[in-house]
Amino acid sequence: MSIEKPEELVRYREPEELLGFAKDYPAEVELKGRITESLIREISKVKKEPEWMTRLRLKSLELFYKLPMPNWLQGIEMLDLDTMAHYVKPDIELSSSWDDIPKEVREYYEKIGIPELEAKVLHGLSAQYESETIYHKMKKSLEDKGVIMIPMEEAVQKYPDIVKRYFLRIFPPSDHKFAALHGALWSGGVFVYVPKGVRVEAPIEAFFLIGRAFESQFEHTLLIADENSYIYFIEGCTAPMYKGFSFHDGMVELYAHRGAHIRFTTFQNWSKHVINFNNKRAIAEENARVDWVEGSIGSMLTYVYPSTVLRGKGSSSRSVVFTLAKGPYLKDSGSKMFHVAPNTKSRIVNKSISVDGGINVYRGVIRIPYGARNAVSNVECESLILDDKSYAYTYPHNQIEEPTASVSHEATTMRLTEDQIFYLLSRGLDEDDAKNLLIMGFLDELFIEVPFEVAHVLKKVLEIEFEKLGGVG
Amino acid sequence: MLEVKDLHVTVEEKEILKGVNLKVEPGKLVVVMGPNAGGKSTLAYAIMGREGYEVTKGDILFNGESILELGPDERSRLGIFLSVQEPPPLPGVKGSLLVPAVIKKRRGIPMDDKFADIKILREVRPKLELVGLDSSYMGREVNVGFSGGEKKRFELFQALAYDPKIVILDEPDSGLDVDGVKMVARVIDDMRKNGKGVLLITHNPRLLHFITPDEVNVLIDGKIVMTGGLEVAEFVETHGYDKVVTR
Ligand SMILES: Nc1ncnc2c1ncn2[C@@H]1O[C@H](COP(=O)(O)OP(=O)(O)OP(=O)(O)O)[C@@H](O)[C@H]1O
Ligand SMILES: [Mg+2]
Repeated sequence: MSIEKPEELVRYREPEELLGFAKDYPAEVELKGRITESLIREISKVKKEPEWMTRLRLKSLELFYKLPMPNWLQGIEMLDLDTMAHYVKPDIELSSSWDDIPKEVREYYEKIGIPELEAKVLHGLSAQYESETIYHKMKKSLEDKGVIMIPMEEAVQKYPDIVKRYFLRIFPPSDHKFAALHGALWSGGVFVYVPKGVRVEAPIEAFFLIGRAFESQFEHTLLIADENSYIYFIEGCTAPMYKGFSFHDGMVELYAHRGAHIRFTTFQNWSKHVINFNNKRAIAEENARVDWVEGSIGSMLTYVYPSTVLRGKGSSSRSVVFTLAKGPYLKDSGSKMFHVAPNTKSRIVNKSISVDGGINVYRGVIRIPYGARNAVSNVECESLILDDKSYAYTYPHNQIEEPTASVSHEATTMRLTEDQIFYLLSRGLDEDDAKNLLIMGFLDELFIEVPFEVAHVLKKVLEIEFEKLGGVG
Repeated sequence: MLEVKDLHVTVEEKEILKGVNLKVEPGKLVVVMGPNAGGKSTLAYAIMGREGYEVTKGDILFNGESILELGPDERSRLGIFLSVQEPPPLPGVKGSLLVPAVIKKRRGIPMDDKFADIKILREVRPKLELVGLDSSYMGREVNVGFSGGEKKRFELFQALAYDPKIVILDEPDSGLDVDGVKMVARVIDDMRKNGKGVLLITHNPRLLHFITPDEVNVLIDGKIVMTGGLEVAEFVETHGYDKVVTR
C-alpha cells in the first residue's frame, strides 16, 4: 500500500482543542427518554425498515431488559439511559459531495482533515454525524471490482438476504446487556462486501462524530470478506466539547471467509465527554486472517475488547491494542481469542500508559476447547505507569482444555524510575525529552507490530499528547 | 574548569558531604578515592544536580560561575558529563535512539530531524571501537542485559560521543577485565590530552597502575582527608584506608 505521508491519515490534536465547543445543529427527528417498544418501532418507521429488522430490534430490546448489568463495568452507572436521546437524525441529506453538507457540520470533518485524507489516500469514506450517515462515497475502481460499500440502512433494503445471514449473528445481542441495547437501537454505520479474490489495498474509512451531549450513537459496521479477498478498513471517531456527556455503543462485525484477510484499525479519539462502549467481533474461516489494531486515546470511559472466533482450520488473528489513560479517565480493554479449530494461531499485544491519575484495566481471554489441536496463542501485556496517581490492572483469563495447545502469557508493569530520568537528564536531555524517549521505547515493539502508517500516526499522536506532560514524574 | 568549594550535601536529612574542596582543570586527571559509603557517588550526583542531593553549604562553580541553580540537563549541556556507577536499564530505548537524541539536543538540532540520526550514528561509530564495542551494541536496548563490563564500556563511549569539557567517571573500571581496565586508562589519557578535565572516582587503585593522575584525593566520611600525587594512591594500596585516617 502506498501512503506517502502517513501523518496525513490523521490530523491529530486533542479533540477539545481541535473542535472546540459543540455548535448546535438542528435535528429532523429526535427520539429520547425511556427505551420502550414504541420508541423502537418509531426508529424502525423513520428508517422505513422491513418487518424482519423491526422484529430483530424488538427481540434485542427484550434481551436488554432481561440481561443483568455486567458486574465488571465500572463508572457506567452515571449513564441515565432514560433521559438520553437514542436516535438523532440530523437535518442533513445523505450526500456524496462535501458541498452539500452544511458548513457548521462540515467544518468538524475539515478540522480533522477527513475530506483531504479522502482525496489523497482513501478508496472509500463514510461519515456519520449523530445517528445517521451524512456523507458516503466509494471510488469507482472498487465499484468496478464488485466491492459493495454502502450505509448499513441501505444494505438492509437492498441486500436483505446477506444482511440476515450475518447481522447480529457474528456478535449476538444475547452476549451481554449492551450488545442487546445496540441491537435494539442500532443506527448508521457501513456495510462492506469484498468479492472473492478481490484486494482492497488502499484503506476504506468510516468516521463517526457525536455532536452533542446526552445522546447515544449506535453505529453498526458489518464487513464481509469473501474467499481469498483482502481489505484494509480504518475507523475513526471524535467529538467536540460539551456540557454533560454522550454515550457510544457501536458494533463491528467482521467475517473473513476461507483464505481472506481483514485488517481493521480503529483510532478512537472521543472527547472527554464520551462514554465509549464497543462491541467488536470477527469470525475467521479456514486459513483466514483477521488483524485488529486499536489505538484508544480519548474518551471519559472506554470499554473495548476486539475478539476473534477462529472457526476454520489454520485461521489466525492478531490484536494489537494500545490504550492511553491520561487524566482521571478509565480504559478497560482486552482482546479475546476463541480457538475452535485445529492449527489456529493468535497473538495479542496490549500496551497501556497510565498518567495523571489515569486507570487502565486489561481483561483478555484465550479459550482453547478440547479438539482445537495444536492451537498456538501468545499474549504480551505491558503497562507503563508514569506517576503515583495512576494505575494499571491486568486480569487475564485463559481457558485451555486442549492438551496439544501452546499458550504463552507475559504481563509486565513498568514505572518510569527516578534513576532512568536522572540518567537521561545527566546526558543533557530535558525532562520531556527523557519521558518521551522512555515512552517511545516502551511502545517500540507496538510500532513494529502495526502497519507502518499506523505506527507513524500513533507516534505523532503521542508526541502531541506528551508535549504538555511537563511536571509529571 | 570545575570547582567545588566547601561543599556540604544532605541526603534524606543526613549530612553526607561535610565540606569538600576540589578543582578539576582542563587537561588534568583528578582522582577521588575512598572506602564504600565515603560519599564519592554523592559528590558526583551533587555536582550533576540530582534531585534529593541538597547542597546546604558551599558552592559548585563551572568556569567561575555557580551552577547550583541549574538542573542536571543544563549542567550537562554546559559540558559536564557523569558516567554513573550503576547505569539503569532503559527498556525499549536502543542506543541508536538514545545517542542521536542526546547529540541533537546538545547541538540544538530539532528532535524530529531523522536524517541527522544517520549522520550522527556514522560519526560516533569509531568511538564505539575505542571502548571495545562493535556497532551491534547500538542496536541493543541501553543497559538491558548488558554485563557489568559492557555497561561501563557503553558509559565511556557516551563520554566520548557527547564531547563534554569535564568528565566525571564514577568507578568506570569496576567489573572490567584487565584488558578493559587498560582500555579505560588509555581512553582517560586521550581525554586528558584533548584538554578535558577528568574527575575519576574509584576505590580501586589498580587503574592507577596504567595511568598517572595529576592529583589524588582520599574521601572518607564526607571529607577529603588526604591530597597528593600518585604516592597517595600507593599509600592506600599498601596500607588500606584505615591507616589513612589514623595517620
Ligand atoms: N538516596 C540516598 N538515600 C539514602 N542514603 C543515601 C542516598 N544516597 C547516598 N546515601 C548514603 O550516603 C552515603 C554515601 O554514599 P555514596 O554512594 O556517596 O558512597 P560511595 O563513596 O560512592 O560508596 P561506594 O564506593 O560503595 O560506591 C552512604 O551511607 C549512603 O547510604
Ligand atoms: Mg559510589
